Amino acid sequence: MKTKKKLPALMSAKYRGRTASYGCVLAGWLILEVMMHTGNLSSLFTSLLVPVCCYIVAAIGLNLNVGVSGELNLGQACFMSVGAFTAVCLSGSLARTIPAPLPRLILSILAGALIAAIFGILIGIPVLKLEGDYLAIVTLAFGQIVKSLITNMYLGVDENGFHFSFVDNQVNMAPGGKMLLNGPMGATGTERISTFTAGVILILLALIVVYHLMYSRSGRAIMAARDNRIAAESVGIGIFKTKMLAFAVSSCLAGAAGALYGLNYSTLVPAKFDFNTSILLLVYVVLGGLGNMTGTIVATVVLVLLPELLRSMQDYRMLIYAVVLILIMLLTNNETLKTWVQKLKKRYTAKGGTAHDTES
Amino acid sequence: MLKISDLKVSYGMIEAIKGISFEVNNGEIVTLIGANGAGKTTTMHAISGLLKPRGGSITLDGTELTKLPPHRIVSMGLAQVPEGRRVFAQQTVEENLALGAYSRKDKNETASDLTEVFTLFPRLLERRKQMAGTLSGGEQQMLAMGRALMARPSILLLDEPSMGLSPLLVSEIFHIIEEINRKGTTILLVEQNAKRALAIADRAYVLETGLITLSGTGSELANDERVKKAYLGG
Repeated sequence: MKTKKKLPALMSAKYRGRTASYGCVLAGWLILEVMMHTGNLSSLFTSLLVPVCCYIVAAIGLNLNVGVSGELNLGQACFMSVGAFTAVCLSGSLARTIPAPLPRLILSILAGALIAAIFGILIGIPVLKLEGDYLAIVTLAFGQIVKSLITNMYLGVDENGFHFSFVDNQVNMAPGGKMLLNGPMGATGTERISTFTAGVILILLALIVVYHLMYSRSGRAIMAARDNRIAAESVGIGIFKTKMLAFAVSSCLAGAAGALYGLNYSTLVPAKFDFNTSILLLVYVVLGGLGNMTGTIVATVVLVLLPELLRSMQDYRMLIYAVVLILIMLLTNNETLKTWVQKLKKRYTAKGGTAHDTES
Repeated sequence: MLKISDLKVSYGMIEAIKGISFEVNNGEIVTLIGANGAGKTTTMHAISGLLKPRGGSITLDGTELTKLPPHRIVSMGLAQVPEGRRVFAQQTVEENLALGAYSRKDKNETASDLTEVFTLFPRLLERRKQMAGTLSGGEQQMLAMGRALMARPSILLLDEPSMGLSPLLVSEIFHIIEEINRKGTTILLVEQNAKRALAIADRAYVLETGLITLSGTGSELANDERVKKAYLGG
């Protein structure tokens, strides 16, 4: 009886967005697993599976920050970077203590998420107290600072513990020691322990966290603070606290995504997480629709695959990529198309709607 | 009791409020009237914590409010309906009202308060599932007031509730303000519609370019020659 009652509820206006997101991820996962096992997936696509998962998680986090909370963040890639290098260093130094890859992966992702969240909170404390686009400016700068720092960081580990330096030749290690960070070369010789399944689980976890937050009391407060600051303050919402909550969760998810990303490659350079990556993540979010998590997932998949699919066009591929982006922007802003979609929506929604999945 | 003494508020170098003192006793309707730019909204924002005053003190039942952030002031029982019908446009009427009770600790009693708000504003009940942004101006004003009442305030600050509404709706809004007051909520009302405001006010203050120039009971001021000339159209 209970399940019978629950099924239609999953399609109700309140849950439709969530059902779509989870369904989309699970269906994608199933199809890809089948394709992998029957050998229908090229090695290029197989190698893209984990990175796509990472970008989706980071983009979901960014959408919470930009779409739901309404604060522009131009440094999401940098939180990925913090998470990635934390995870790579931890996994590298724990390789002997915990030889099994799975517990080490979980531990590294948790550490990456935690450290990224701490950085998020530290940045948020001064910035989120201000009104306006200060978060965008500060996260932009923070991205550059972190990139420069990691580019100049040398970290090694041996039986005596960690050795750290900002100058190359000062890392004196006992024989048998291992370099974790090599300045501009980044992390090398990382054991590749990320898996596609871990990526899918991380996406699902990210969705659970974000949806739980969005539809809770705090979530409504976050959206209220975005829609109207003065009215939100007048009903007793602490603007700083709500914005901080969204920002911290966003950076935490970026950290987890970065951790998974870092442990997917044997070599990871700090330059990978530069300003361009932050902007790409923002493009996924905006194209997928602010506050719309399913849209973010679809946009991320399409926009990560597109340049790869266009590889045969060689020199023209980024040109075509740009043209496609512009076309999508134009089409989704087309008035006739918009009204048509509205009509379709009305037919399906019939009565009552929800404001949470606002598409712009 | 809300007591304001020697309040000074500045925007940069410009002194908007130059040291005003007034009080609102429990159960009263007190109105602050004045022309555009007299400092009415500034005073309201200073009381509710949206602006930090440069000097003076604001106390609610003896507790100093000037050092507290806005959300703490709300949970102390002082709610504000900001000027210009600021509703959360992308959320439904019901969700807006639920957010009004955000600062409350007694979650179980919000249901009965919701019923009370719907009795006071039957139109909100009809439109409970509708997006707040699609409501008419008058309905949005009612929603903003209902939302403030959901915090179950002991004192309610109303900033220009009649602004931009048709005469019929203005009457309705003022009627509701009296009704809210009858049920035990103290009211501080800021209005440009001085005639209406003075008619329902127990006491009133006239604010002119950052200073209180006149004070008295509602009817005293309504019959004062200077007030008549300046604010009541002769």
